[in-house]
Amino acid sequence: MADFDSELDASGLNCPLPILRAKKALAGLETGQVLHIIATDPGAVKDFEAFAKQTGNELMSSGEEGGKFVFLIKKS
Amino acid sequence: MDEKKLAIIATKGTLDWGYPPFILASTASALGYETEIFFTFYGLQLLKKDLELKVSPLGNPGMPMPMGMDKWFPTLLTALPGMEAMMTSMMKKKMASKGVASLEELRELCQEAEVRLIACQMTVDLFEMDTADFIDGVEYAGAARFFEFAGQSDICLYI
Repeated sequence: MADFDSELDASGLNCPLPILRAKKALAGLETGQVLHIIATDPGAVKDFEAFAKQTGNELMSSGEEGGKFVFLIKKS
Repeated sequence: MDEKKLAIIATKGTLDWGYPPFILASTASALGYETEIFFTFYGLQLLKKDLELKVSPLGNPGMPMPMGMDKWFPTLLTALPGMEAMMTSMMKKKMASKGVASLEELRELCQEAEVRLIACQMTVDLFEMDTADFIDGVEYAGAARFFEFAGQSDICLYI
């Protein structure tokens, strides 16, 4: 079983689209559910940290896999 | 969490300067800000249904140009007919290839996120603009209306 409830592939998208798509995807989740995000925009690393801090959603992990940036965000 | 407020005045009507208001407003909304943009003078071009915005290298020495033209191409020649259209088309292609959203898309995202768009009534009258050319959902008002919101805003930007 996957350790997330929903996945968003924001590969190829540039600022601010990954954040806007993530916001939309989180809106469709229940509290406590986890969204897995894939992005290629290097700016997304700092942006998702800032997004989590400001929206209260928890950034559970942030890393790199196969040249892409991956994030897990838990909806608050 | 108390909702923060962002007020923006958009005054410019070129392709490049059209981006900051819509990027910041849509991002602020995603972060939970209540957001308003007041469009005045050339900024009103950003509310047209058909966006025909251009970018010009003329009088813009900071603009990177293809083939390093910004380094050797004489400034005077950037005024040649067709240069603006060429640079605009190249800029749009570059943006699409880098995954930068189109202005239309960002504007739609702002509207979806309930960013309030306010057009300066005085400018509409001054330039005899036809409001039928503007997108739906725009409010028409004056400076006092802007201050009603800007006065309680946490961030206020003039772009």
